[in-house]
Amino acid sequence: MLWDRLQFAFTVTYHYLFPQLTMGLALIIVFMKWRYLKTNNDSWNRAAKFWARIFAINFTVGVVTGIPLEFQFGTNWAGFSNFAGGVIGQTLAMEGVFAFFLESALLGLFLFGEKKLGRRGHFAVAAGLCAGSWLSGYFIIVTNAFMQHPVGYAVGPNGTLQLASFWGFLLNPWAIWEYAHNMSASVVTAATVVASVGALWRLIGKYNEESGLFLRVGIVTALVASILQIFPTGDRNGKLVADYQPASLAALEGVFKSGSGAPLAIIGQPNVDEQTLENPIVVPGMLSFLAYGSFEATVKGLDAFPQTDWPDNIPLLYYSYHIMVGLGTLILALMAISALLLWLRRLEKSRAVLWLLMLAFPFPYIATTAGWLTAELGRQPWIVYNLFRTSAAASPMVNTGDVVFTTIGFVGLYFVIGVGFLYLVGREIARGPVYAERRG
Amino acid sequence: MQALWYALLAAMLIVFVVLDGFDFGAGIVYRFVAKTDSERRQLLSAIGPVWDGNEVWLLAAGGTLFFAFPKAYAAGFSGLYMPLVILLWLLILRGLAIELRSHEPYRLWHDFWDGTLQFASVLIAVIFGAAFGNLVRGVPLNASGYFSIPLFTNLLPYSWIGVLDYYTITAGVFCLSVLAMHGALFLVWKTDGPVRERSVQLARRLWWSVIALAAITFVLTLFVQPGFFSPLVDRVWPLILVIISLAGFFYIPTALRGSADLRPFLGSVTFIVGLLAAIAGTLFPNLIVSTLDPSYTLTAYSASTSPYGLQVGLVWWTIGMILVVFYFVFVYRNLSGKVTEGVPRE
Repeated sequence: MLWDRLQFAFTVTYHYLFPQLTMGLALIIVFMKWRYLKTNNDSWNRAAKFWARIFAINFTVGVVTGIPLEFQFGTNWAGFSNFAGGVIGQTLAMEGVFAFFLESALLGLFLFGEKKLGRRGHFAVAAGLCAGSWLSGYFIIVTNAFMQHPVGYAVGPNGTLQLASFWGFLLNPWAIWEYAHNMSASVVTAATVVASVGALWRLIGKYNEESGLFLRVGIVTALVASILQIFPTGDRNGKLVADYQPASLAALEGVFKSGSGAPLAIIGQPNVDEQTLENPIVVPGMLSFLAYGSFEATVKGLDAFPQTDWPDNIPLLYYSYHIMVGLGTLILALMAISALLLWLRRLEKSRAVLWLLMLAFPFPYIATTAGWLTAELGRQPWIVYNLFRTSAAASPMVNTGDVVFTTIGFVGLYFVIGVGFLYLVGREIARGPVYAERRG
Repeated sequence: MQALWYALLAAMLIVFVVLDGFDFGAGIVYRFVAKTDSERRQLLSAIGPVWDGNEVWLLAAGGTLFFAFPKAYAAGFSGLYMPLVILLWLLILRGLAIELRSHEPYRLWHDFWDGTLQFASVLIAVIFGAAFGNLVRGVPLNASGYFSIPLFTNLLPYSWIGVLDYYTITAGVFCLSVLAMHGALFLVWKTDGPVRERSVQLARRLWWSVIALAAITFVLTLFVQPGFFSPLVDRVWPLILVIISLAGFFYIPTALRGSADLRPFLGSVTFIVGLLAAIAGTLFPNLIVSTLDPSYTLTAYSASTSPYGLQVGLVWWTIGMILVVFYFVFVYRNLSGKVTEGVPRE
């Protein structure tokens, strides 16, 4: 059970390091191809080609690490699959039929077909590939949203879930806002990486034309997406949690006691044994306002819920949430300063800011991972909220020893893949856009 | 409706075996038919643009099993836990090998991924065959709808069963030889020069091994699961499918002597489609056969989701498949003709 959770957490978190870049990067590549089409300036196409090579490596690792996930529902979570498969199996199958086939058909054409397709054709293929990857994301988010806030289902005669309303399930309000939040996070990741490579090349004084494009496109895109990340998408997700998962809200904010005018903890360490938040720095009344729109509103603390319904790892949940919000705010601040300098045409000379941009690329990855940890730990102890407990979800006949073994195997294999991935991406960045141009 | 989804699921799996089967097969014969670096690049150019799309059929079929027959998905995947996870690792390694092999110019880099590709392709074929052997023979499915079997046994006949035992490994090796032949025939179609010549030679020899292993697997199946054949008493069309399958198989050597290089591959496609369709037709309506008690067997009727779910699924599935056929025709048309050594694909 613990090992099943660790294994899935590991494989899904690792997998998502790659799609979060490719989905956002696909959008940026489409933008670059579009600028090339409009301005006829070849540097846009060189920039797009360079990122296409980074995209291809990420896409490959994303595909191969994604294959296990579809099977792990059955191998490790047979109880859950049996219970909810009639509903969530729909979106997983739809992802294969509508998104994966499209992506696999277009990827080869996108990477090798530029000469054959011509400029317009190649742009269309890039746009189609982008649409495929964003569609894929939506089906997965609908699946997760069902686990967070089940809608459109009925309980069948044998106690398992069955689909009752296809559109209700597919247009789950939770899914819409979760998707918006997740996709703008993906754009932040990609835009930050683009800006970061631009800053690197600028600092070492190479590829001036491309690095200028990367900085401009990366900073402006990251700034816009970072704002969307907080408002409206982050705000709306928070309100959904407040309305439908009040116990998670209490846990992720570290609120142990119910009360009106609940403060927002900026810093503090939750102590679950003592049921207090230690060393807090708070903004009075702010949590009540953010969750319910009034500084006086009552926020239920964990004391309002039976302990069996508390998320089972409150400190990790609390820190994940605060790391997500904290890093998101820092990225926004950095991009705002960079955009200001860009506008004043002083970014070139601000080596300190270029250094910060270059070093900033891990932060959106960490923030996104922390955000997903918040969503998934906040859902506990349920695997389908209020319907099915995680403790009943694992495969009944698979023994823990097997899961320990396969977890070790996944960690080992993924470690090797990670080393190879860093090597390949590092070499692409070192080779620069000229090499990408020559290799096509 | 359940019967329709049983047929659609079987059809998706068959398409998966036929399509991904040829790139598994090309991986199995890889180092035997392509000796030099440029020959290996030539072989990889033949499967590189299509392997990913072919493998999506596995994901789509897995997803279809998941939503249409959740109980069978849960039982089958958790029961075959260890071989499936190992299969996933091998699929990961194989995908990386195809994509990354020609990324760097170094000899050691090439050797590493060449070995990985062939090793993973061989084991994948054996595991798929063994998994299929388990489905045909039946598994100790209990009253609550789950089973568990050890990964392997001492491999002696008449000992306790394992995912890998004398019967399932024989089925696995049979699968290996079929896919190897299928892959070699694909290369006869899609390549020219020395790679094509060696593929012709190898396919001829593999053809004989398929006959021998088919006979052994057939006899062993009669021993371990005589009940498998009993539905054939009142079902004619699986027998018709077997005849079609055999016609395809015996056409292969004739076609190899001719000059139209697509024909032997089509013979192999007919052989595989006919064989798998016949097996599906014989198994129907069973999804997972219980060896403990026939009443525990999961069928298309006892493992399915609600009729509403199946109906909704049929609507989007049909729309999706029209698009998929369009993509595949588009991609394979773009890649028509042979891949020539030393000429990179545009």
